[in-house]
Amino acid sequence: MNNVNDIITQELRAFASSLLESGEVSAFLGFAHGSLPMTTRPFVAKTPEDAQKLVWNSFCVLNLANYLPALLKSIEPPRGPKDPPPEGPLPKAGVIATGCWSRNIVVQTQENQVDRSRLVIAGVSSRGMVDRKKVLKALDGKEITKIEEKDHDLIVEADGAIKELNRWSVTRDNCQSCVHSSAVVFDHWIGPKLDDRQAPNRFKQIEDIEKMTADERWAWFSKEIETCIRCYACRNACPLCYCETCFVDDSNPQWVGKSIEKADAAIFHLLRAFHCAGRCTDCGACESACPMGIRMRLLTKKLEKDVFELFGDEAGMDASKPLTMTTYKLEDPQGFIFEPKHGQKKE
Amino acid sequence: MSNSYIPYSAIIDDITVETEDASLKTFKLVIENEEERMAWRHNPGQFAMISVPGKGESPIGIASSPTEAGSVLFTIFKIGSVTTALHEMEKGERVGLRGPMGNGFPVDTAFKGKNIVIIGGGYAFTTLRATIAYLLANRQDYGHITVIYGSRSPGMLLYRSELEQWAKRGDISMNVTVDRQAPGWEGLVGFVPTITEKVAPSPENAVAMVCGPPIMIKFTMPPLEKIGWKDEQMYFSLENRMKCGLGVCGHCTCGPLYVCKDGPVLTRTQLKGLPVEF
Amino acid sequence: MKTIFLNEKELLALLASWCETFDVYAPNDGKGEDAACSVIGWGKIASKEEFYGVLPDKIAKGVHKTSIKPFFFPQPETLVTFTSDNKPCAPLANTVGQKRLILGVRPCDARSVMLNAMPYRDDPYYQANQNKTVLVGVGCNEKAITCFCEKTGGSPLGTDGLDILITTLGTGFALEALTNQGDELLGSQGAALDEALLAEFTKRRESFAADAQKANSTPSLKGKDLMSLYQSKIWQDLSQSCINCGACTFLCPTCYCFDIQDEAIRKDKGSSNACACGTGGCACDAPSVRRIRYWDSCMFPLFTKHASGHNPRGTKEHRVRNRFMHKLKYFPDRFGALSCVGCGRCIRECPVNIDIREVMTTLLAVD
Repeated sequence: MNNVNDIITQELRAFASSLLESGEVSAFLGFAHGSLPMTTRPFVAKTPEDAQKLVWNSFCVLNLANYLPALLKSIEPPRGPKDPPPEGPLPKAGVIATGCWSRNIVVQTQENQVDRSRLVIAGVSSRGMVDRKKVLKALDGKEITKIEEKDHDLIVEADGAIKELNRWSVTRDNCQSCVHSSAVVFDHWIGPKLDDRQAPNRFKQIEDIEKMTADERWAWFSKEIETCIRCYACRNACPLCYCETCFVDDSNPQWVGKSIEKADAAIFHLLRAFHCAGRCTDCGACESACPMGIRMRLLTKKLEKDVFELFGDEAGMDASKPLTMTTYKLEDPQGFIFEPKHGQKKE
Repeated sequence: MSNSYIPYSAIIDDITVETEDASLKTFKLVIENEEERMAWRHNPGQFAMISVPGKGESPIGIASSPTEAGSVLFTIFKIGSVTTALHEMEKGERVGLRGPMGNGFPVDTAFKGKNIVIIGGGYAFTTLRATIAYLLANRQDYGHITVIYGSRSPGMLLYRSELEQWAKRGDISMNVTVDRQAPGWEGLVGFVPTITEKVAPSPENAVAMVCGPPIMIKFTMPPLEKIGWKDEQMYFSLENRMKCGLGVCGHCTCGPLYVCKDGPVLTRTQLKGLPVEF
Repeated sequence: MKTIFLNEKELLALLASWCETFDVYAPNDGKGEDAACSVIGWGKIASKEEFYGVLPDKIAKGVHKTSIKPFFFPQPETLVTFTSDNKPCAPLANTVGQKRLILGVRPCDARSVMLNAMPYRDDPYYQANQNKTVLVGVGCNEKAITCFCEKTGGSPLGTDGLDILITTLGTGFALEALTNQGDELLGSQGAALDEALLAEFTKRRESFAADAQKANSTPSLKGKDLMSLYQSKIWQDLSQSCINCGACTFLCPTCYCFDIQDEAIRKDKGSSNACACGTGGCACDAPSVRRIRYWDSCMFPLFTKHASGHNPRGTKEHRVRNRFMHKLKYFPDRFGALSCVGCGRCIRECPVNIDIREVMTTLLAVD
């Protein structure tokens, strides 16, 4: 019997293929197989034949929204920098979107980065993506040579031995605490639609850190970022990071040092996180992209928690509402302005 | 092993404001240590790294000829953080100087005995000034010398007094032009490609150096080609982003070439075999 | 040069004895501290238990997460310091710190040190770092799925760049001295290989070398026309998924591009406060500015951007092409070898699974 991923893959290929065939879209963005176990490749199908390369599995960890602004631009008819945009509607692109990715598309429309009318969104329910670092850990760091995915289990081959893992036990932290797993905006549905999960301890990881003293928290943070190589995979995998020149790259003025020394790496991570406040959907792409296993997502998760608790907002849930950080209400809490110890452990 | 990353200490001996908008100034630098100062040698067309400690380094073409010993001239356009800091400095202050770097024009080899055509636009004229001064100091080694130099307006011309002195000499043909007619201007008017077409320097036993904005270079090629100029006779100077100046750091690469070391001077023949990464 | 045979106990004793004259480093999980630099993934070791972990039969298959590049090309490295009146500190003595010995180096990583030394042949900092470092390698009996050293001109038992290579042999280990320094370090330890072991050792080496020679794609790539590769249609498809991060370049042992920048010296920067010359007593006793070089990546848009705003490699297609062309064509044309040792770190960690082996295959198919 076909498992869920196979069903989604088949439906996705058929849908993308029909859109490309009919010319409704010029490109369809999804994932193709990677060259190693537990990898996938973001992939743009341009023809119905290409669409047969699309796949769906538990390793689709990057956020496809990240590619949309450039993809939409790339399918526009070529024109010079000073030429006016062509008349009539511009070509469309299709994309598959889970809950978080679709919420990022909403944020992108709120921030004028993509034009919703140029997208055909294939909504899907995410069953949680697998954290390959957790799989490696479960196999004691052995090299994984093959992995087969069933609905609830992963059959992992590592150094000749075969091990069965419960799939949910190795899904990413952000997926385990996710409460919006299904696309919130879509034009077509792919696969079974699942009810939103009731993550019982949505902010547990953050609450544990909040319980620490300031010194403990600093020690935790310093340890977490100590292996940062400043490759910016986290930033570049993030659909929120689209500034022409990022503050870390700016040299005139220079806001942050370029080395991997602690002060420089710390400023990079802290400022990057704050830029995501009220916009981050906890998609986990930053952590999945990090080659060093840094859990920088905990910084943005803390901001997600604050925005939720202080303002009752969740990013990307409603395109008609302004972004949290671009508006205010008279009744907004402002205690944190006057109480510097807000959020710290009560002595 | 010598350490090419340590700059010489140099003192700003003089500053000349070149243009009416003061965006270009010429700095006369004197290397502090006498031994290092005496050992300094460069070719016209080479460049050096000038640094303002705390701000960084910037690659700048050398504007003086090796025949003008004792100091080194740099005409600097105020554009980034280093050049802005330099523009704020005063006579007597200390800067760092690393170099000379790159290959420079082959004035002592391929150019010897040739007729020389120098075509420059805007502030790319700086290393051409170095070249002209060198050629004039060794006048007997070269045939006809033709200079075509254009700028936006009379007030934006570099080295005004020298241009006038050269124009009075009989052994160099000066064609200085401005883009549009301006009050008090009695020289040529028109873009560099147009003037090039009018002057039509013969390609016979000649070489040309063409330095200026990409658009000027692009439109200067057809009139030269029309009268028989060959790719191997035309020399350009590239201006890629540079950091080390030693052919290592990778910033200035144009395909396989390190512009800082293999260039910045390249013939059109060389350029045509390269990816267009400049 | 000698090759000796040691059992496990003898080998452990020999490794421990090196600690007396060297700072000994080996792969670890944290951030090792060094007088001159901090190296992620490699730490100073002292205890027997730690040595046990780097024995050739205990060390994990394939390469360690991070390469030994930072020992030679620290991130950052101080080039020059300046006093408050802009005087540079002139003498170079970047040889501070004890001599160091790195254990558990895979042949591919050792080869990268040799390859990088080619562009850095006139670089006093790289040379000084190399001169104070001894490399003790561990041969690979098994390949990881991302390993492809033999395609790049290396071999699982390659010796380039190493002072000593340790391989498992029979019931113990063969230690092969490859430089005078390596020979000295082996001293009068152990016995020479007996006839049977020597035959096995030689046979294995020869078979690996023959395989490697057959698989080496360097000659074919050097034979290709540069502009045909450059103008190939593959770059657009290949770069489509790239997110332009620097994970590949920073994990790569043979990526050596850098940027230079001045920094005001901050009091909280620890040992890097010191003057570049390291002699003390120089004009820079209280330097106020340091000029550092730090890793840069040709994947970043700013890498080539001019002050005017013009960018010669303004799209990610340009940049992806440049990275692979540099490794597989420009560098080999200039220095004779690929700027890739086949360690596979970029394949393992690329967030979008760009696989350099596929790039090589595609380029080899270009007419």
